[in-house]
Amino acid sequence: MLKKTRMLAAVAAVAGFALAGSYAVAEPADDDLVIDGTMKMTVRAKPPEGHPLDEVRSGWLYRTEETRALEEDTFQNPGMLYVERGEEIWNTADGKAGKSCASCHGEAAASMKGVGASFPKWDADAKRPINIELRINKCRQENMQAEPYKFDHADQKALTTYIKHQSLGMPVSVDLSQGDMQSWWEKGKETYYTRTGQLNLSCASCHELNNGKYIRADHLSQGNVNGFPTYRLKQANMVSLHNRFRGCIRDTRAEYPKAFTDVLMALEVYVTWRGTGLSVETPAVRQ
Amino acid sequence: MNLSRRQVLTLSASAVAVAATGLGPSVVFADAAATEKSIAAFTGGKSPATGKITLNAPEIAENGNTVPISVSVDSEMTKDSYVQSVMVLAEGNPNPGVITFNFSPMSGEATATTRMRLAKTQNVVAIAKMNDGSVFMDKKLVKVTIGGCGG
Amino acid sequence: MAKPRPRVKLPKTASAGEVITIKTLINHVMESGQRKDKEGKPIPRQIINKFTCEFNGTPVFSCDIEPAISANPYFEFTAKVMESGKFKFSWVDDNGETYTHEQGIQIK
Repeated sequence: MLKKTRMLAAVAAVAGFALAGSYAVAEPADDDLVIDGTMKMTVRAKPPEGHPLDEVRSGWLYRTEETRALEEDTFQNPGMLYVERGEEIWNTADGKAGKSCASCHGEAAASMKGVGASFPKWDADAKRPINIELRINKCRQENMQAEPYKFDHADQKALTTYIKHQSLGMPVSVDLSQGDMQSWWEKGKETYYTRTGQLNLSCASCHELNNGKYIRADHLSQGNVNGFPTYRLKQANMVSLHNRFRGCIRDTRAEYPKAFTDVLMALEVYVTWRGTGLSVETPAVRQ
Repeated sequence: MNLSRRQVLTLSASAVAVAATGLGPSVVFADAAATEKSIAAFTGGKSPATGKITLNAPEIAENGNTVPISVSVDSEMTKDSYVQSVMVLAEGNPNPGVITFNFSPMSGEATATTRMRLAKTQNVVAIAKMNDGSVFMDKKLVKVTIGGCGG
Repeated sequence: MAKPRPRVKLPKTASAGEVITIKTLINHVMESGQRKDKEGKPIPRQIINKFTCEFNGTPVFSCDIEPAISANPYFEFTAKVMESGKFKFSWVDDNGETYTHEQGIQIK
């Protein structure tokens, strides 16, 4: 029964995609994202050199008026509940060393400003790029003598959201000159353009070639990641970037890699770079 | 944008009216009759008139799990003349009941906003009951879509 | 998620007789009772079933809530303020707990 439903869904998806190509072209919203009437976000940016698109756009522009409104007001944005939870975790001691994040880093508003805009970064010890989730786990193990968070643990999502939120409005900028970042960028790019799954789609099939069109009822964005972790109306919860990557790959009807594996870390490096210049929107609100 | 979206919806029937809230096929949905029954219980059997109350809801909900709605009723909101309550119902959910807002003259205005779940494309109904017992109704059809990749 | 924690937004001051807007949000899963777990057993309903707002002890606004209200319930409404005083907000959980929040307002 379930299989049959999935098959139908797959057929519908393909049919919808064809329709999207021929009929449903819709421009992104002609709108400015100003949070609480004071903080203007950059939702359209000039692409970095070598970028395939003419303009880098935030996914916010592809959402309906009602969804966009939720992100414009920090009170109405349900993601802010998780920012508050993250602040609580930041100040709570954990692990054998009896330390909290604040024990070493003090006020996050000062010490974490800019962090969310510049990760992933090269980690010389691990000899690979790491994202904020992995940086938190490194701190927990090395400095707090605490257990690393399991992938998508509620506290991992809340703390990552809190740390990224300290860079709200700052432009995304990954430093590809660190360590071997450039070759990870290349690997990520290869993944981005590789077709996969029973539906034979690459990231580019939807987010580069067809952004602005509809896949069935969904208005396809450029797939930028400047708002992650993102509050998704569908889950009514925070969704981490690697969870979203896995969801997208699953929807091509492919086997999906584990979170934080080389293939997904490389993809994070590359996709983050594609959003260069957009403001960090964490916690963004999406459908 | 809305026009294109509507075209897709018209062309691809599969895109419309599929449960977005993880409800299995065995779930029995409320229907117009159950909704009528709830309305009668609320109004004491009176048929609601049109006017005075406005229900705001999106024409198309981007996700059925979180649909913003608001109600507002034209009333002085004084001790002598005020809106007692507004009941919101959804005809196509497993149960029609959504929420009842209870106002008082101290509310100043009879307006309220919340976010609701819609299992599929359906009518959302709002009925206002005044302190003199008179009742008014507004109704909106909200289309609920599923996402591009298996929802 | 963590224990429900209410958030309330209202102005610190108002003129006598002014109608102010109050926004409230609380983190809660609002388990509808319609879902099943991995073994196919129904997940019992657990929602916030009632919300009330009082001003200096007098009821101003309340809601009777059904499972059709979204997770992390949001309520926005108005109140006419005649005097300085304190708002008290309560959220009643199906599990018997009540979460409350108090916030004052001054007349200019």
